[in-house]
Amino acid sequence: MNCIVVDDEKIARVIIKILCDQITSLNLIEEFSSAIQAIKYLDNNNNKVDLIFLDIHMPNFSGLDFIKTLKNPPKIIFITSDPKFAKEAFEYDFIIDYLTKPIELPRFKKAIKKVEREFLNQNQLNKENEPDIKNDFYVNIDRTLIKIDLTSIYLIEAKGDYINIKTEDKNYLVHSTLKKIEEKLPDSLFLKVHRSYIINVKKIIDIEDNSVLIKKDVVPISRSKRAELMKRLDLL
Amino acid sequence: MEQPNLVYIDQLARGDESIKNILIEVIKTEFPNEINDYYISVEIKDFKKIEDNVHRIKHKFSILGLVKSYNIANEFEHNLREHELNLKEYEYFEKTLTVISEYLKTI
Repeated sequence: MNCIVVDDEKIARVIIKILCDQITSLNLIEEFSSAIQAIKYLDNNNNKVDLIFLDIHMPNFSGLDFIKTLKNPPKIIFITSDPKFAKEAFEYDFIIDYLTKPIELPRFKKAIKKVEREFLNQNQLNKENEPDIKNDFYVNIDRTLIKIDLTSIYLIEAKGDYINIKTEDKNYLVHSTLKKIEEKLPDSLFLKVHRSYIINVKKIIDIEDNSVLIKKDVVPISRSKRAELMKRLDLL
Repeated sequence: MEQPNLVYIDQLARGDESIKNILIEVIKTEFPNEINDYYISVEIKDFKKIEDNVHRIKHKFSILGLVKSYNIANEFEHNLREHELNLKEYEYFEKTLTVISEYLKTI
């Protein structure tokens, strides 16, 4: 975890550095004696900070003023001599804990555990919210189930009762319909450009009038699908 | 009057003399400046500044194991916030400053 400390007292910053050095997961990258300096540092997007040790009581610009300026606040642990000041802190969900000066190692470790737990929960939540994107599917050819990697497909064409799935390495003639396979394909990658063709939009080489070149195949584009295809392209 | 000690500093340093020396050096450098700022604020009777000075200084009290002095400084600071100067707290606070100044000469 990349951390910074913001405290007007040098001794407080030194103590935080000593405590951070005793926990391998912590990397104290900067220290600031004023909140204004820290704001400037955080405004630079290249500075990735996961955790701030923040003094509440600082002259001119307090820790509480500081957190109100943060657009994408990292996790924060308040440092205070007076727990009364910490009450307001818990109105913000990115404030994980507060430490009372003088900070002792066991209490410091406990606060860091809380932060780690918070990150873990957040990662779990992010994973749960990720859409379930399939990377492959299986086709039945001569009673054999063959796995096809979705990203390797560049074209699928209808051939009567069959579909011809064209991939980088091989073509697969499968007894199915375009409608059925269309349901299995991610919209982000594939588009039905004609009643007989589905293309992988990432594999397009060029588009000319009402046809698209994919590998060596020239595929017709229906008039009704042309606008949708153009929308997908990253035009200059 | 309670006397300062290095119990907390020793705990932090965990036997590492260089860490212990760094902490002592920082206190020795910061403390005289802080009490100087405090006396200036007292002279101009700026309650807000005195409160800020006391707030900074009292952390040193706790680092040096002065529990009673810290609690009195805490009360002193709170009263200053209400623009009240409690004479007993004020005197005890200044006595503690003297005790620490003397102690820092010995370490």
